[in-house]
Amino acid sequence: MLSCNNITKIFNKGTLNEKKALDDVTLQLNDGDFVTVIGGNGAGKSTLLNAIAGSFFVDGGTLQLDGEDITFMPEHKRARLIGRLFQDPLKGTAPDMTIEENMALAAGRGGKFSFGIGIGKAQRAYFRERLEKLGLGLENRMKNKMGLLSGGQRQAVTLLMATMSVPKLLLLDEHTAALDPATAEKVINLTKEIVEQEHITTLMITHNIHSALECGNRTIMMDDGKIILDINGDERKNMTVEALLQLFRLKSSKELDNDRMLLTK
Amino acid sequence: MGDVLSFLESSVTQGIIYSLVAIGLFISYRILDIADLTVDGSFTLGAAVSATFTINGKPLLGVFMAIISGMLAGCVTAFLQTKLKIHPIMAGILTMTGLYSINLRVMGKTPTLSLMRIDTIFTPFERLLGDKNASYLVTSVILLLLVLILVIMFFKTHLGLCVRATGNNEAMVRSSSINVDVMKFIALAIANGSVALSGAVLAQYQHSANISMGTGIVIIGLASLIIGEIIVGKKHLIQNAIAVVIGSIVYWIIIALVMRADIDVSDIKLLSALIIILSLSYPVIINKIKFFRQKATGNRLAQTKGEK
Ligand SMILES: Nc1ncnc2c1ncn2[C@@H]1O[C@H](COP(=O)(O)OP(=O)(O)OP(=O)(O)O)[C@@H](O)[C@H]1O
Ligand SMILES: [Mg+2]
Repeated sequence: MLSCNNITKIFNKGTLNEKKALDDVTLQLNDGDFVTVIGGNGAGKSTLLNAIAGSFFVDGGTLQLDGEDITFMPEHKRARLIGRLFQDPLKGTAPDMTIEENMALAAGRGGKFSFGIGIGKAQRAYFRERLEKLGLGLENRMKNKMGLLSGGQRQAVTLLMATMSVPKLLLLDEHTAALDPATAEKVINLTKEIVEQEHITTLMITHNIHSALECGNRTIMMDDGKIILDINGDERKNMTVEALLQLFRLKSSKELDNDRMLLTK
Repeated sequence: MGDVLSFLESSVTQGIIYSLVAIGLFISYRILDIADLTVDGSFTLGAAVSATFTINGKPLLGVFMAIISGMLAGCVTAFLQTKLKIHPIMAGILTMTGLYSINLRVMGKTPTLSLMRIDTIFTPFERLLGDKNASYLVTSVILLLLVLILVIMFFKTHLGLCVRATGNNEAMVRSSSINVDVMKFIALAIANGSVALSGAVLAQYQHSANISMGTGIVIIGLASLIIGEIIVGKKHLIQNAIAVVIGSIVYWIIIALVMRADIDVSDIKLLSALIIILSLSYPVIINKIKFFRQKATGNRLAQTKGEK
């Protein structure tokens, strides 16, 4: 499905601030994998997702998605295959445009431009149906500007938008970190539901070790630009938060120095 | 009375012609969120192209070619911005500067072209209505309506949505698999096409084109846009469209009033600048007033509490 082959990313190469954010990372995702990613601040988690999404080109190694070499494919072309959510709810939507206009934009992803005027009846009905499923009452506010919604509402709509034209790969970068616990849980549940329903291969960064173990079928841990742990199957099923932290200490010979890390629920 | 009417008629006509500049600035400044200074050059370019064609007996073709050349100018700025990564303001200044020489060439190396006693796009209606001023008004209203309808329809298409989103949240647009650079080309082309059209119509309206007629046009357009938004609002596209026209008409009525008052001609520039500063800073001033009011009531509340 997705293979990252020995990818390396060095920021500010040749300067005093040189930083190897990805160090020879190799990662294979199978079709339908839902992988959670954990690690300390600055471990390179976001950099890994950015490299896959094409925010920049890698300095070494190759990337393949579904058999196609995407190493040097520009970001906006990759976006046809990859859906993406960020920590900041403001990043995923256009605040001055209405909910339905935002959704219409997302629906066009992967397709060609249509020159019809406005949003068609069938399309609007479809948007309404999708919004209803969120259970946030947004189906009655489709003509409201996106900027009027709360962070959690925006993130939920962004999730809909990223998966509406089903992507081959979904990249989630702490997409619930800016939400209050109750809303975060809602969005996480929604994520699980959609990913399962549409069978989308997913890579999700989280600071909540609990949900890292609870969501998906596989967990990787990063430190200093490398993947230091990759667990799935029974090993993962029997893993506890405590044991995982122990493993981190062992592998990286340091404490998990993450100020935002949630160790318990 | 007749004097007042004709005074109003000419300011309204001017306002309508110049509102095409405000439409252009609405697209670049509001939708794309870029202060595009190409405008000073593309306005004159439109006037120069239109005047040259008019002299050769093709006024309507001149207007059409002016739009095309304005769009090309917009594409040059977009190229500098997106492909050569030049700062948007700098990109606009560069295109504008280069256009000065091009405009002079278009005008045959003379700084002024006169269109006196030459048929213009206004002539057909002038013959039909038997009145010059009425024809000016009717012809420019028809042109403006055409442009407004096209622009509004465009921004309702999917492509138009993408352009609007580009100025709103570029990262989101990129992750919707849309080429942001292409959107900037499209927006700047349309914006400068509209500005050039304004210059083209104005040249035929005032029967002359001048190499410096575009100087400061960006500020005039901006002021009109903001005045309109204050009066009409900016909640949706239709409101935006009305705002642009009303703002421009009001701006030119203000200028005309100022010129009629006993004011030294040499002070007009300063006055225009003051009007513009006031209209641009309006939101800040309103916010400050609100803030002080709130502070005052806050203090009063605190005081009454203290007294208890
Ligand atoms: N654009 C950039 N320019 C320079 N350095 C960068 C850039 N982006 C990231 N880095 C550096 O690369 C390293 C990895 O950063 P990254 O954002 O991937 O960490 P992370 O694992 O996502 O951390 P966090 O949990 O804090 O989000 C950090 O040391 C960071 O300072
Ligand atoms: Mg990160």
